Order: sequence, then C-alpha cells, then structure tokens
Amino acid sequence: MSDRRTISVTINGETFEREVETRLTLSDFIRHECLLTGTHVGCEHGVCGACTILLNGQTARSCLMLAVQADGQEIRTVEGIAPNDQELHPLQQAFQDNHGLQCGYCTPGMLTTLLEFLEENPDPTEREVREAISGNLCRCTGYQGIVAAALDAAKRLQAGA
Amino acid sequence: MGAKMFGARVPRLEDPRLLTGRGSYTDDFHLPGMLEAAFVRSPHSHAKINGIDTSAALAHDGVVAVYTSADLPEYLRDKTVPFQVPNPAISQPFQQRLLEGREVCFAGEPIALVVADTRYNAEDAATLVEIDYDILPGAADCKSALEDGAPMCHSTSSNNEGAKYIVGYGDVEKAFAEAHLKHREEYWIHRGGGFAIENRAVVAEYDEIDDMLTIWSATQSPFLVKQNVVDMLGWESDKVRVIAPDVGGGFGPKTVYYVEEALIPVIAKDLGRPVKWIEDRRENFLATNMERDQYWEMEIAVDADGKLLGVRGKMIHDTGAYMPWGIISPYISATTLPGPYVLPTYELETRVALTNKVAVTPVRGAGRPQAVFAMERLMDRAADKLGLDRAEIRRRNLIPTEEMPYALGLIFRDGKPMTYDSGDYPKCQAEALRIADYDGFRARQETARAEGRHIGIGVANYVEGTGLGPFEGATVRIQPSGRICIYTGGGDSGQGHWTTLAQVCADKFGVGVEDIDVQKGDTGKIASGVGTFASRIAVNAGSSVHLASNEVREKAIKVAAHMLEAAEEDMDIEDGRVFVKGSDLSVPLSDVARAVQGMPGFSLPGGVEPGLEATHYFSPSQSSYCNGTAVVEVEVDPDTGYVDILNYSMAHDSGTLINPFVVDGQVQGAVAQGVGNALLEWMIYDDNANPVSATFAEYLLPSAPETPNVDVTHVESPTPINPLGVKGAGEGGTIPAAAAIIAAIEDALSPWDVQISGAPLTPSMIVQKVHSGR
Amino acid sequence: MKPPPFTYHDPRSVDDAVALLSEKDNAKLLAGGQSLMPMLNMRFVLPDDVIDINRIEDLSYIRDDGDALVFGGMVRQRDIEFSGLVSQKIPLMKEAILNVGHRQTRTRGTYGGSMSHLDPSAELPTVSMAQDAIVSVRKKGGERDIAMADFPMGYMTPSFDLDEMVTEIRVPIWPEGHGYAFVEFARRHGDYAITSSAVLLDVADGGKITKASITVGGVGPSPLRVTAAEEGLAGETGSADLFTEIAEKCREIDAMEDVYAPAWYRQHLAAVLTRRALAKAYSRAVNGTEMNLR
Repeated sequence: MSDRRTISVTINGETFEREVETRLTLSDFIRHECLLTGTHVGCEHGVCGACTILLNGQTARSCLMLAVQADGQEIRTVEGIAPNDQELHPLQQAFQDNHGLQCGYCTPGMLTTLLEFLEENPDPTEREVREAISGNLCRCTGYQGIVAAALDAAKRLQAGA
Repeated sequence: MGAKMFGARVPRLEDPRLLTGRGSYTDDFHLPGMLEAAFVRSPHSHAKINGIDTSAALAHDGVVAVYTSADLPEYLRDKTVPFQVPNPAISQPFQQRLLEGREVCFAGEPIALVVADTRYNAEDAATLVEIDYDILPGAADCKSALEDGAPMCHSTSSNNEGAKYIVGYGDVEKAFAEAHLKHREEYWIHRGGGFAIENRAVVAEYDEIDDMLTIWSATQSPFLVKQNVVDMLGWESDKVRVIAPDVGGGFGPKTVYYVEEALIPVIAKDLGRPVKWIEDRRENFLATNMERDQYWEMEIAVDADGKLLGVRGKMIHDTGAYMPWGIISPYISATTLPGPYVLPTYELETRVALTNKVAVTPVRGAGRPQAVFAMERLMDRAADKLGLDRAEIRRRNLIPTEEMPYALGLIFRDGKPMTYDSGDYPKCQAEALRIADYDGFRARQETARAEGRHIGIGVANYVEGTGLGPFEGATVRIQPSGRICIYTGGGDSGQGHWTTLAQVCADKFGVGVEDIDVQKGDTGKIASGVGTFASRIAVNAGSSVHLASNEVREKAIKVAAHMLEAAEEDMDIEDGRVFVKGSDLSVPLSDVARAVQGMPGFSLPGGVEPGLEATHYFSPSQSSYCNGTAVVEVEVDPDTGYVDILNYSMAHDSGTLINPFVVDGQVQGAVAQGVGNALLEWMIYDDNANPVSATFAEYLLPSAPETPNVDVTHVESPTPINPLGVKGAGEGGTIPAAAAIIAAIEDALSPWDVQISGAPLTPSMIVQKVHSGR
Repeated sequence: MKPPPFTYHDPRSVDDAVALLSEKDNAKLLAGGQSLMPMLNMRFVLPDDVIDINRIEDLSYIRDDGDALVFGGMVRQRDIEFSGLVSQKIPLMKEAILNVGHRQTRTRGTYGGSMSHLDPSAELPTVSMAQDAIVSVRKKGGERDIAMADFPMGYMTPSFDLDEMVTEIRVPIWPEGHGYAFVEFARRHGDYAITSSAVLLDVADGGKITKASITVGGVGPSPLRVTAAEEGLAGETGSADLFTEIAEKCREIDAMEDVYAPAWYRQHLAAVLTRRALAKAYSRAVNGTEMNLR
C-alpha cells in the first residue's frame, strides 16, 4: 500500500487540503490535484525552469520538491500574479507589449522568476536580466522579447511605485 | 475607419490567456475516469526480443491493462505507421510498428504500454514488464554504417543504404576541367532535435453513444493525425476528431505522426475510458524524431574573378532506423545548396544511411542549415584562396534581381521545378553588411587584437523554399453577434496565428483584431487541413483568409444593399457596418449576419445562400522562396574556447509582412536554435548507437546569457505566388546561423590559421585547433 | 519520470534523523533535493525510505566563531548568497556561490547536501577544500569531524558512512585583506563547471606571498588541492610570469575524461583558470589594479 499523507498547502491565497502519495511531486500536486495547470512541467529534472513557483516568496523548481514538503507553506503560481480577472500585472503587460512569449509554455516560469528578481533588483541591466533567467529555457523567442519585457516591466514598476 | 491592421506591429491576442495560466495544453485536460499510460521502451539500440512477461506488471497497484504487440487487435499487430512521403529513390522504406515484438531497432522503441490509474503506478508497472533480449550490434555512425562489414540496422537487410539519389544540372566535369581554382573539403554537420519545452502529449476519448473518437494531441498537424488514424485504424473519417489545443512549441518534430498517436486512441476505445499519455523528457530524447549527422565531401570550382563554375560532391545522411517522412530532409539539403548564387553546374550524390537511432525528420530549417553550411564554407575557402573578401565573393555571385523569377534547374520537394519567385539578394546582403558595420570591422578587429582580444566576423546567405502546398484553408464567418470567427486547420505552437490571420481579415471589415476569433487546429471545425510546418501558414492559410474575407465582404454588401434598398456599387464597409457611401444609411454586420440566418417562411435577402460566411482553400502554384543574410561578430577566448556572440545582424526577406513584431520574434527564436546548432546542441551516441546525452544537463539548449540579441532588418520582396505577397518566416533565422557563426570563429582565430569544417564546435575543439595551429 | 514508491519520513531532530538512518537499510537523506530529486524522478536511485531533513530547524545557522564561520548542514545556498558574514569573512565562497545553479535551485539547495553529493566540479566542496573546512558528521550515538583533505573518498563518494549525516561545516577564516578568486569555466551560465579554480593568497606588505591555497574542481574525481603549485608560491613576489609558470603545474594532475571534456582539456583549463585566479587573487590582496592574465 502506498505511503500517503494529508497535506494542506496555500496556493494564491486559497488553501488546498488533499490526501496524497508522499512521492507525489509538488508540480504534479499543483497541476493535477489542485488543477492549477498554469504551472508547466518541461523536464522533471530541474533544468528547464518551466515549473518555477514562488515558495514562501522565493522561486523554486516545483518538480524538485515533494508535495508533502510544501505542507503548511505558501505558494504563488502564475495564476496568482494578475491583480484581477480583467487586468494584467505590469510584468505580464510588458510581456505582451514586447512579444515576450510565443508558445507560452515557459512563460509561467519566466514570470515567477522575474517577479522575484525585479523586486530585489528594480533597475537591472540587460546582463543581469539574462543571468536571472538563465535557469529558464525558452525554445521559441531567443529570449530577446523576454529580456526586453523584463527591462520594460522594471521601468513600469518603478513608475508605478 | 480604424487603423490598418495588415502590416502593423499588433500585440498578440493570444497572450493574456497564456500570461495568466489559462492556456490549455494537452496535459491540462482532466477527463472523468481518465487513465494514464506509460511505455516500456527498448533500453537497447538493437536487440531481438525472445519473450515478454507482463504478469508482474498486471498485478501492480492501479494497473488496468498492459499491452504488448500480441495484445493488440489482430489487424494492428503487424501494421506499421503509414509511409508519408514515398520517393522512388528509397530502396528500404522501413516503418515502425505500433508495438515492436520481434526486433527493436533503436533505444526508445516502444515494446509495451501500461495503463493505470496514475502515471506513477503506470511507471512502476512498466519497470516490472520482463523482456528477454538478445542484444545485437548497432549501426551507429552513418558513414561507417555504409561501409562493408558494418552491423545491420535491421537484421533482415543486407546493407544499410535506405536511399540513394543524384541531383544536379549542367556539365560539371567540364566546369571543373576549366576552373581557375578548385577546393575540396569534407564537412561534418550535426543538428539536434526540436526540443520544444512541452513534450509530446496525447489524450483520447471514445464516446460510445456517438461512436465518436476524440483525440487531443500536442501536434503541429491535427489533420495529418486524423488522416493517419483513419488510414491506420480503419475508422470512418467522420467519427474521428483531432484537436491540437495550445501546443508548447513544435519546431518540426511535432509535425510527424507517431505510433503513440495511434496507440492511445486504440486503447481508449478498447478500455472504454479516456487515456492520457504525456511524453516525459527522457522519452523525448529517445523517441521523438530529430535531425542528426550529415557528412559532405564537396568540391568547388571558380574562375579567376571568383565567379562560380561548379560545385560537386557526395553527402551521407543519417536517417535513423525508420523513414516516416522518407527522404524529405536530405532532399531539401541537396536542393538548398545552390542558394542565392548563379551556380552554372552542380551535382550531388546523396546516400541515406539507416542507423539504430530514432528517425530523422525535419527540425526547424529542415536539412537546409547543413547545405548552407557546406556551400558557405566553400565560398569562404574560395575567397581566402583568391585573396578576396568573403563578402565580396558572395556579392559577385548573387543572382541579379532583374533575373527574377530565376529557374534553378532543380526539382524541389514539391515536385515542381525550382524557380525563385522573387527577391533582391544583392540588396539583402548589402543591408545585412550595413547594419553589421561590416566595413568598419577590420579596424575593430585591429583594435581588439591590440588589446589581446580575438574577434571575428562571418557572413552567410541562404534561400529557403516556404509556403508549401497543397493547401491550408480558412472559413471566415460573421456571427449574429457581429464578431468574426476564422476557422483554419493548422495548429498553433506559438506562431501567433490568431493575431496574424485576424490582421489579414480585419481591414476588410474595418474592425480591430480584437473583434475576431481564430479557431485553429481542430478537425471538427473545418473540413480539410494540413498542418503547421514548412513555414506555410501565412502563405496558405493567410491567403485563404484573404480570399474568404473578400467573399464574405461581397456577400455582406449584397445582402445589406438588399436590406437598405441601395445599389451594391454604392456601398462600403467600415467599423463593422455596411453603409451607403455619402449617406447616413447603414446596417451593422451583426444585422446582416442575422438576416442571412433566415426567418421561417421568408426567402433570404437577395437570394443568397444562408450564413454570412465563406470557405477557401488556397493552393499555391509552387513554393515561394524567402532569403536572407546573417552577419555575425564573435569574440573567442583561445585559452578556454569560449565563444561570445557580440553582434548578430540579419537581413531577412519573407516578402510582405503581416505583423513585423511577430516576424521579428520568429527570426530571433530561429537564430537561437542556430546558435545551439553552432555551439551547443549535440546528441551524442555511443559506438553501439545508444544515446548518451539524454538529459537537458548533457544536451545543452541555448540559455539567455549565451543567446545574442538579433538586429533584424526586413527587405520586402512580395511574391507573385499568392495574393498577399507573403512568404514563410519561421525558419530563416536558423538556416545560415551555424555557417556564419563558424566562419566568424575561424576569422577570430586567423592568427593561428585555424580551419573549421564542422558544427557544433565545442570549446575543447576550439582549444585543440588553436594548439595544433600554434 | 515519476519518483518510485518509498516510505517518507520527516524527522524534527538530528537525533531522530540519524536513528532512522541507522534503522533503514536502503534510505536516502533528502536535503535540498536539487540532486536527489532529479535522480528520484529518473529512477536512478530506488530508496525504500526517504528521510526528509528539511523540517529539522536547528541546522540552518551561519555562526561566526572568530576563527571560522560555522554552517549548519541545512544552510541554503541562497542564505550563503545573501549572508553579510559570508561576503565579509569568506569572500571566496560568495564569489563561488553565484555560479551554483540558478536562483531557483539555490532556494532549496543546501551546503550539507552539496558536500554529501560531492560532485567533482561543485562549487561549495571546491571552496571547502580551498579553505580547509572541517565537516561534522553524526550518526546514532556518535559524532566526528572530518578534515576536508580526508573528506572525499572517490568520485562522488564522501568518506562518511551510510548511517552518518553531515550536520555542520566549519570553514576557517583567512586574515582580513587576503586575496581570493574563484574562476570557473562552464558551457552555459549556471551549469556545473567543466573545471574551476579557487585561489586564496596571504600577501605580506611588500607583495611577498606568505600562504597560498589552490584548488581545482572538475579535474580529478573530487576537488583537488594543487600542493605543488602552492609550494612554488611561498615566499615569492607575485608576477605574471610567476603565476603563468606555477599554474602550469595543473597540467600534471591526473584528470578524468568523458565525452564532453577530454582529460587534456580539463588539465589545460585548470592551468588557464588557475593562472587567472592567481592574478585576480593577488591583485585583490595588494589592492592593486587587476592583473589581467588572459
């Protein structure tokens, strides 16, 4: 019989209590138990960064954690970035305005990574942005639109602050 | 009238959903009662299967079924994937069976399939399937595979040659006999895979009440999936619906029909429950088609002015163990070589080698980057030997604009004589050199060298056949709400079809793109389709949207004229209203759409057919040829072998631009894949053809710090082949990248007289070359 | 790629953790998970029991002991990155940590985990080797210290037993104003380095080198001190020629080889990177403009 536990995880302010197998990865928990499918899975070995979430405010790879390890923790995913159903967050808006996404698969990981990065470094250089997203693979854009979006978002966020 | 949409830098309509996590990719589907599948794949590149025991797997928690070849319905046991593109040059067109039960011919070939309540349990059980193998030697390197005594890829074969053909024209012998200068060189060019961040994925559901099978697949070509399901499984065409939902990148490998796309539907029907299979990254490395090695043994002949007299040679292409798309990639390679140059004579013999590896089918660029690499290296060599500037020798050989359309003397993959339809190659090269400040480079190089820095510059040109037929259709429908909906067959894996097709349509009705929906990649929404590959959607679907929109426009005017009791020739459409010119009389398109729904008992206004809609299937008479020039400036650290791309400039001509914003993104992304081909991406196999670099920690994709910004300039030479003047734009960035980057590295290392004849080029290879040069 | 079945434990104390370790025959400790989780997902390891030590709270300290900084085994790489103490007292570690994976992996990755995994080109073991760290390991009923020199036993194999766990790493501090440099070569930013070089120099007034530590990662089966080179520096005044000559000794190291990097290339990189690291460290020590040895 499989090893199971009941866990309670707060995602984007909503608490999800589920009984899960202890071997369930956090990414699978978020996607298939909580049905928050915005977080994507691209490699399951911690390289591509598509599954990046904010764990207690810090970015982490959700494919490299077990769901049980998130018991009692706070998680923010791509679904929890926009202020409401109608508006985009300035970072998201900058992605649209700078063609920072094509297929959209790496995008959630890019957004969570940059959300944390821009808080810590509100006025980054291009090089700093490129290093900040070096753990997120994008196969569509060549990163140019993403980097432009991040620099644009930094300006918008500063102007808004 | 609103701003003109066609040609504008319109932000994408697709984005808000994808930016907020509301996309729906295949793995996002959770259907009631759904089961999950995991494959048992061969761990060996080549082996005979003596027996399979599934009893332990069947007994595992949560397992519902285990299928081997023997468990499949009888008619499927020996059935192979349909052979997509036959060609008389193919002598051994091996195709994969659904599940292999006798002889596996590549590591990753599916042998059994476990279906369970969760993927976790399915993977557990998959490890419990016991298979008795006799391991056989594998044909690994494609060059060695064609030599005597090589291990056979398929034990039934007597040699590993899958196909052989010669393309060419003109009297090559004579050209070489009269040449002022000849140069002969061998090239090895490796390309890796597509490696979309989303892996392949299939969900299938059989509805017994409707006798309807629905398949969701992360495919570029839902209509090809449907056609193959119908052919292979013998189902009625109207009982199968294939949907490509949001697809997380394609790049070629998701064009092709795979055994998994046949098996999952079969099993969903057999079990009476929805079944999901999500390819994981390891499976992606093993079992998703890729491109790989080509060896070129080439010779160039030029006159004293550097004018081309001829090119001849031989090429060996690694096709893997099966040939689902025949010889498409190597054939494109062979026909791409002449490029933008006046090449009077040409001959290439191609041999396609079967190896014990996953099949080779097109990846973004589709065999062209290799050909461009060979040709552009030959041009560099000729220039160096003649003491000519490398850009200058190219300039002297470019096809003059006034010779367009230019018949090459070759037959393209579409079976038509290759005729370049339009293009201004001299202008394109000049533009690229200008934005790269090519003329100022030697001074920059001198300054850098004085500082101990080694910088170099490289130039490469290409011509690419795009917008392949047969067709891609579109239905344009104005709904009673007034919103316009466009239906088209190809899936979208990031290209932005919604936005660009809406741009084609919007101006016809004076509406904004936000008033238009695009439903794509669903065989239930339009009768026929092909797919999103070969840079073909803007050309084919774009033209169909244009034609259908025009027809809907005419119909709207006709009906509105009837409604307003005005003459058709006095009417126009703006802001979504049909109006009588010079009057206040108008009717919104929504009312027109409602009017042609009909009212019980009354005739339709103006005697039109019902529905404010039209469908067109534009079929181009031939491919349209886009072209471009890449100029790359690099800095090389000769001590570590690190290559830093300082400037990447590209002049790109894909005809008329629908949305320059989107085209820029296509070029930038394509360049990044070219950077990978030049410097990073290498699928390594051991001597027995077992994959070595099967993780993202070993097979390196370019990440943000290694990828340059691309300075793109557009030259617009509209094609006469389609009504929009557009050409494909998705692959051009990749095609000349490796050639230009490698040339730049070689130039940077010119103090060591280094010669580079292959790609990818790793840091240790650079250091080795520097040291052997020293 | 889903983890195989196992029984999960999340002890709240080191005592409980080592008790479990002693009880369970085929157990794996789960620290930050940045190496173990990929291996579990790929089923390269098949443990019966996974002992998650993330809920042990008293292993996450960075303490200043005067002559050393003392790190709890579960100190996160991100904590090291943002630690004022570390940048002040062990600037080599600060310089190295920015090369450890990516921000997202440093959130979880731990010092103790990196030491236990002991990848030959991992940055923290290389820095620990350079600084002569002492690793404390504990098992049920016993604790012992292992000097860094004795810590690696072979390729990715530390010298502690299966029932022991790393609880603390004590990293001696070099005198204020010492020279340091961590230089590595990786194919891409954040990748495991092919080769790295960590250099520490104590330089007397007048520019004479009084003490040197040179460690190369990614060449041998574990990070290696290049004592032959260190010895050649003692008592010498730094110069480009000296550093070039000394760094050449790295070519004598017995190097490993794989399809990605041949042995000669690792040796070559060790010499190049050590030359650069020596110049950088020396410049820092003498507060001079950076000596640029390409």
